[in-house]
Amino acid sequence: MSLLMDQSAEELECGMDNPVLPFLRKDRIPHIWCPGCGIGTTVNSFCRALGDSGMDLDKIAIVSGIGCTGRTAGYLNLDSFHTTHGRAIPFATGLKLANPDLKVVVYSGDGDLTAIGGNHFMHAARRNMDIMVVCINNFTYGMTGGQVAPTTPLGPTQTTMPFGNFESSFNLPFLADACGAVYVARWTVYHVRQLAKAMKEGLQKKGFVFIEAMAPCPTLYSRRNRLGDGVDQVKYFKERSTIKNGVDTKDVGLTYQGDIVVGKFVDRDRPTWMDSMNDHFGKVLGDKYETYGAHHG
Amino acid sequence: MHADPKGVLTGVHFIDGDHAACEGALAAGCRFVAGYPITPSTEIVERFAHRIPKVGGVFIQMEDELAASIAIQGAVWGGQKVMNVTSGPGLSLMMEHLGYAFITETPCVWIDVQRCGPSTGMPTGPAQHDMMQVKWGSHGDFQIIALCPNSPQECFDFTIRAFNMAETWRVPVFLMMDEVVGHMTERVDIPEASEIEVVERKWTKKKPGEYKVYETTPEDPVPEMVKAGDGYRIHVTGLTHNEKGYPDMTVPNQERMLGRLIGKITQNAHKLVDVREDGVEGADVVVVSYGITSRVAMAAVEQARAKGAKVGSARLVIAWPFPAERMKEIARTAKVFVVPEMNMGQMVQEVERAVAGAAKVVSVPHAGGSVHEVDTILNAIMEAAR
Repeated sequence: MSLLMDQSAEELECGMDNPVLPFLRKDRIPHIWCPGCGIGTTVNSFCRALGDSGMDLDKIAIVSGIGCTGRTAGYLNLDSFHTTHGRAIPFATGLKLANPDLKVVVYSGDGDLTAIGGNHFMHAARRNMDIMVVCINNFTYGMTGGQVAPTTPLGPTQTTMPFGNFESSFNLPFLADACGAVYVARWTVYHVRQLAKAMKEGLQKKGFVFIEAMAPCPTLYSRRNRLGDGVDQVKYFKERSTIKNGVDTKDVGLTYQGDIVVGKFVDRDRPTWMDSMNDHFGKVLGDKYETYGAHHG
Repeated sequence: MHADPKGVLTGVHFIDGDHAACEGALAAGCRFVAGYPITPSTEIVERFAHRIPKVGGVFIQMEDELAASIAIQGAVWGGQKVMNVTSGPGLSLMMEHLGYAFITETPCVWIDVQRCGPSTGMPTGPAQHDMMQVKWGSHGDFQIIALCPNSPQECFDFTIRAFNMAETWRVPVFLMMDEVVGHMTERVDIPEASEIEVVERKWTKKKPGEYKVYETTPEDPVPEMVKAGDGYRIHVTGLTHNEKGYPDMTVPNQERMLGRLIGKITQNAHKLVDVREDGVEGADVVVVSYGITSRVAMAAVEQARAKGAKVGSARLVIAWPFPAERMKEIARTAKVFVVPEMNMGQMVQEVERAVAGAAKVVSVPHAGGSVHEVDTILNAIMEAAR
């Protein structure tokens, strides 16, 4: 990572056979992420998922909000939108409904998606909007310097919880499940292959997909709480994770440096918002209704 | 090009301004609305929700105004023409996305059916309280265009015009209605689709690889557009960006980008301003008004003339950009400007700024909740004419 930070794109020619480079905007490298940050690792998995999916990349759009993970959209060689804080999901909703041809991916952080954007998250899941939401959960607000987030477990110190966090945190898979998501999974940046597979499945799944990827924030979360560097956090993810596919999401809440349940928790089918609209209008309006998006692939 | 007949309800109608504005949007090609209900604008989205399934498009009621005002922008980049409909409290929530639409040059129409503020105020009471908010309410420097209809017919006509201006200039264009115009029922003539001029999006003819999302020329400051899914792999951001759409947060680039964005409107203001004048030449007193107040003001002007006063009327059909040059010219002959508004004195400040002491400027404020009494404006005119 530090090598990337010090070198220009031209100097990186030696790495041009990297299998994920075709999915990145090479002219935007180096990226802004810190050494040891987990976001880049998830992007690597996402690029592999893009390749493995066999999908037409011209028909995949990525939307981010604001924050460290919010910068992801700008590095991917897709139609990409860096929107406002918390509003990636409603932007993605408009994009998808206006052009149903697209597979729309929202890629953002825990603060962006579940604090300021929490309302949109719940409603998009309730509607079963046909978008895939990837939440990189590093338990903190990175870009602004390490403030408490709705995902911060009880205990650790944050700049706005200087004596340790006393607020309860969200169990994100449980939230997504309860709101109606059709696919819910959690992996960590230790589980790069499983994460890539989940992302591939998510790209191919119709409806509201939620994938949580736990990632270290060594600069702000780990250092402040004396948890070591990025590698130490990945070791923690490795040692304390248990794979439990299909487990009840109410039992996958996270605690401070405690046991982690990972896996694919939910995989079900129900009509998307647009399918429901088309079916309903077809029934009540009959011939007067022309199926919306029918001309799209 | 002409309007798509699918969205045009040709004929003579007896409808209110809210319904007429919705028909204007459909005639202009609007096929996507993400709405959130708020008095007194709700009828616009209600009608859209009812009409759009048979026209071909989407209506979705969002969870709040934050979502509505950004979902429409996602839809623009998905290729649709869109509108954003609200009133005061909702408009306040949408302000961040006004700036986003401006910096990303996302063409969109914003309809504000104004009601009394501040805060929840009087939800069913008319006002012109948001004239400065639309001009200055989002953080940072930006420019918008604002049209002020005074009848249901104009709600229809000006909505089409607003869509055409949004596509031409790629800025948010406001239709500044108010509760009276929104809920007043009058005759509205909707012409044949072939008689309605519609401006198509400025789609690029360039191929992927040749195209840059914000490339412009000195002659044409408005970039060409594409939509997501067409193979151009665009990047759009609310950060200060370069021609490729990439973040480029340097002082020179900030100056270059913002200079062009602001200049699109300020350097073309002479093409955009629209003042409807009546008897301004040779008048001692000129009444400057807009929206529903212009109809009340005209009654006062006519009564003042009957009493022998030399009074003219200058109605701002477009309030932003403000016709400062024209006001300066009028100030060479007129002695007093009388400015009635359904607010505590907003656009009057622009008149004062343009006139710069060359004539007296009299504000006729109204806190809102009803239109002015004709006599209030008449008395101000007669006082000014003495």
